[in-house]
Amino acid sequence: MIPGYITTNAPALLIAVPLLGAFLSPLIGRISRDARALWVLAVMTLTALIGYLVAFLVYTEGTLLYVFGATEATLTIPPDSGGIPIRIIFTIDAMSALMVTIAVTVGFAVILYSLTSDSRRSGLEAYYTIFLLMIGAVLGMVSTGDLFNFFVFLEISSLASAGLIAYKVERGRAVEAGLKYLLVSTIGGIFFLFAIGILYGQYNALNIAMLADMIQWTPLDKLALVLIIAALAAKCGAVPMHFWTPDAYSMAPSAVTAMLVVASQASLYGLFRFCFTLYGVTLNYLTIGWVIIILGVLSMIVGVTMAIPQKDIKRLMAYHAVSQTGYMLLGVGVGLAVLGDQALLSSYGTTAMEGGIFHIFNHAMYKGLLFLTAGAIIYQVGTSDLNRMGGLGHRMKWTMIFFIIGSLAIAGIPPFNGFASKFLIYESVFAFSPILSIIAMVVSILTLASFVKVFHSVFMGPPLPGNEQVTEAPKTMLIGMAILATIVIVSGIFPQFFVQNLIAPAAQALIDQAGYVATVLGGV
Amino acid sequence: MAFATSLSSGFGIWDPVLWIIAIIIGLVIAWLLWRSGVSAYKKGTDQARPYLSGNPEPSKGDVHIRAGNLYWGFTEGIKGYYQRVIPLHTGIATDYLLWIFWVAGILLIIVMVV
Repeated sequence: MIPGYITTNAPALLIAVPLLGAFLSPLIGRISRDARALWVLAVMTLTALIGYLVAFLVYTEGTLLYVFGATEATLTIPPDSGGIPIRIIFTIDAMSALMVTIAVTVGFAVILYSLTSDSRRSGLEAYYTIFLLMIGAVLGMVSTGDLFNFFVFLEISSLASAGLIAYKVERGRAVEAGLKYLLVSTIGGIFFLFAIGILYGQYNALNIAMLADMIQWTPLDKLALVLIIAALAAKCGAVPMHFWTPDAYSMAPSAVTAMLVVASQASLYGLFRFCFTLYGVTLNYLTIGWVIIILGVLSMIVGVTMAIPQKDIKRLMAYHAVSQTGYMLLGVGVGLAVLGDQALLSSYGTTAMEGGIFHIFNHAMYKGLLFLTAGAIIYQVGTSDLNRMGGLGHRMKWTMIFFIIGSLAIAGIPPFNGFASKFLIYESVFAFSPILSIIAMVVSILTLASFVKVFHSVFMGPPLPGNEQVTEAPKTMLIGMAILATIVIVSGIFPQFFVQNLIAPAAQALIDQAGYVATVLGGV
Repeated sequence: MAFATSLSSGFGIWDPVLWIIAIIIGLVIAWLLWRSGVSAYKKGTDQARPYLSGNPEPSKGDVHIRAGNLYWGFTEGIKGYYQRVIPLHTGIATDYLLWIFWVAGILLIIVMVV
């Protein structure tokens, strides 16, 4: 069985392992490239195992608390602190556990994939260090129960992501994309830091549970929430703050892009966490709910319509990532809009939230898969220009199969997982506002049309001149894709299992603000 | 009827397992119908050649419809929308930041007033 000191310290190990692995990676790389590859894979495997252990503990025993520097991991309030949880506390509830599960699963698949896809590049010692830093930062963002600690992990994630986006250089285009991402992230970070300052100045606390216990709806609290929403909505690529996404997603190496999707979702998690857990029913939930819904609808429509005319495979997929983020905002936004009305929450609000949260999980899997297939195509063909591709279905059969699975999932075609989450969103949102549900369905149809275009132009027809010698992607890349494709299929065929065991507890964790506060403060 | 594999939305149910069983049954029926037919197809003969009003068949690469040619009608149909939305994607970093400030400003007004 697993030793007690590992289960007790699992939340800390979740961050410590990737961080330690990141900084030792350049040293191991001095031995050989293979040794570094093995090291990085071992670190990511261990991180994934710890992540699953953490999630298992949360789902079986309830919210996990880990207090850094305390004599006991659950001693949230030291006796001499005046009742204030002064230390950094990781508070991992079912919502955090879901995000941890997503991050380690996609992280493992993309690290495995990138061992081959990026093996031709130089500067790999920095690449893997930054990659593991990024994964560690994402895990920190979704685990922490401290507002300032969230900001620190947000900054680490932003810096690491910007470095990875700029990694290929690509005659300066990748560097430009990295710089744009960094600028947006910096402004977002400043907004967020300013919000923290406002809340700390008023309530003398940084712990989310402590703040949630005291927060009111003063004009300063309103300003802080506006800054938090603007910062995190920009970081997750919500329209009209999405402009960085096509630049960053298209220029980053494909394995990085798949992980960038998860990093964006960590910001989305933050947005939901602070709206529900930090503010809860104290905020004007109907207004803020509608703000989230409008951001979602704009993202769905602008994302998909901008995707259709794209000629670069990764820019096209990036716009679809914006569009799919809209579904998550829509689903959870509807839940927020009826948060204070128990009857409506029970009738359709909770289901809408479950749909939105399930879509976070599904999107990470199928969008990660699609970016990996795009990367495999670019790796073999040498271009991301759709006009210069054709007939690859003859040469890249497995990649084509994985692409079909990802495409059908994102378009919400049964029985893949995208349909299951969209089904929950369509039906519950229809009860809230039929027009929103109809928009969501139309966007799905346009998504299908867009991916039919990609499928036709990349895989159908005879091999175009220059594509005749293309071969299938290397095995490790296929295994990375196969992991995500399997999850897409399994979560599509057995959605009830996932919703019942992972998604519903996550939605409940967001709704149950009092439970979160009581877990940390112990009823203080 | 809800089964253990059914996903309920509170308004309806979705059971992918039943759906897959139905699809498999449909495919089996289609296969049985197809199997009962008479095969007249002969590979490699004139039957397999496309008929283009007697014109010679162009090379396959020349007739492949590429991505840039697809959905021309759709984009043309909502040209007015694209003429407004595409120019907003300037690619200029300061514009990106300006949008964040605009959103924050509008949000602030909404939250403070409503």
